[in-house]
Amino acid sequence: MVRVLINVPKQVKRGEPFDVKLLISHPMESGQRHDDMGQPIPRQIINSFVCTYNGADVLRADLFPAIAANPFLSFAVVAQETGKLTMTFTDDNGTVQTETADIVVA
Amino acid sequence: MSTVAACAALALIAAGGTAEKRSGYQDASPETRAMQDDDASNPGFLWVQQGEALWSQRAGSAAHSCADCHGDAAVTMRGAAARYPVYDTKLARPVTLAQRIEQCRVERQGAAPLKPDSDTLLALTAYVGLQSRGMPMQVAKDGPAQPFYEAGRALFTQRQGQLNLSCAQCHDGRAGQRLGGSIVPEGHPNGYPEYRLEWQAMGSLERRIRNCMIGVRAEPFADDSLDLMALELYLGARAHGLAVETPAVRP
Repeated sequence: MVRVLINVPKQVKRGEPFDVKLLISHPMESGQRHDDMGQPIPRQIINSFVCTYNGADVLRADLFPAIAANPFLSFAVVAQETGKLTMTFTDDNGTVQTETADIVVA
Repeated sequence: MSTVAACAALALIAAGGTAEKRSGYQDASPETRAMQDDDASNPGFLWVQQGEALWSQRAGSAAHSCADCHGDAAVTMRGAAARYPVYDTKLARPVTLAQRIEQCRVERQGAAPLKPDSDTLLALTAYVGLQSRGMPMQVAKDGPAQPFYEAGRALFTQRQGQLNLSCAQCHDGRAGQRLGGSIVPEGHPNGYPEYRLEWQAMGSLERRIRNCMIGVRAEPFADDSLDLMALELYLGARAHGLAVETPAVRP
């Protein structure tokens, strides 16, 4: 489990886009570096990110080694009804982590 | 009437005094500043979040959490970070905020000390530091702290390392000019612990000073040395009046 900061509005308007901001604490080791002994440091990045709203896909993203440590993702979502935003990301170790945020449509 | 005028004049002088100082924030790129301005995009808040959890987590043989004694950090820690490093009467030397947290941990909680520059210690320091955000730096340089302030100033202006440079030559004399592609900042410690994009991590003022010293090919001060404490106290007092920015984001 890595630390994640999710920022969504407490309440949104029906049909109006709102921003979802996500900070993930992750080393995003590129696989291009070597340690002090000259051994390559294996790649260890978050390689995919999926966001769904009430089960429907909102965003799918592939991430690449050029992204810095502690990636910040920001995207807009439109909601028609109150529901749950589910964000899942997978890293090179195969670790899958899911975070959720409740969205209230006023 | 004359009192009011005198007060206004004093306020002007005070404002003028701080306006001359430039926080590293002002020398950072618009993108870096935007990152710091929005708490949702400031990666330092990952550490703050961890620190907030640690604040109420029981530790050590006393099984006390920080919150058990200090209560709500937003109230009790407000303004604390702006005063550090502060002279400690018992130790007869200045201590940094991180060292104070360690002291509390070892003496009151009966817990093992945290490693300097460890994520845990940075997290706690960042969380406590955040409570003073926006408040003016006010490190005391008089009384028992004075000899350390003087020693710190001497170190700041003393040439060192194979490049034979003093801190003052760059950070006083050439602040605002460029070193390679980057602007040389005035070197105020008002945002620590801070997130440096160069490090891709949170880091302490000690780490930053080590970087600078290695840069001039000098041997860095040890973390617990009096020299480093004196220098940090001088830097803190030198930044007097600048707003605390913890957790700052810097290039």
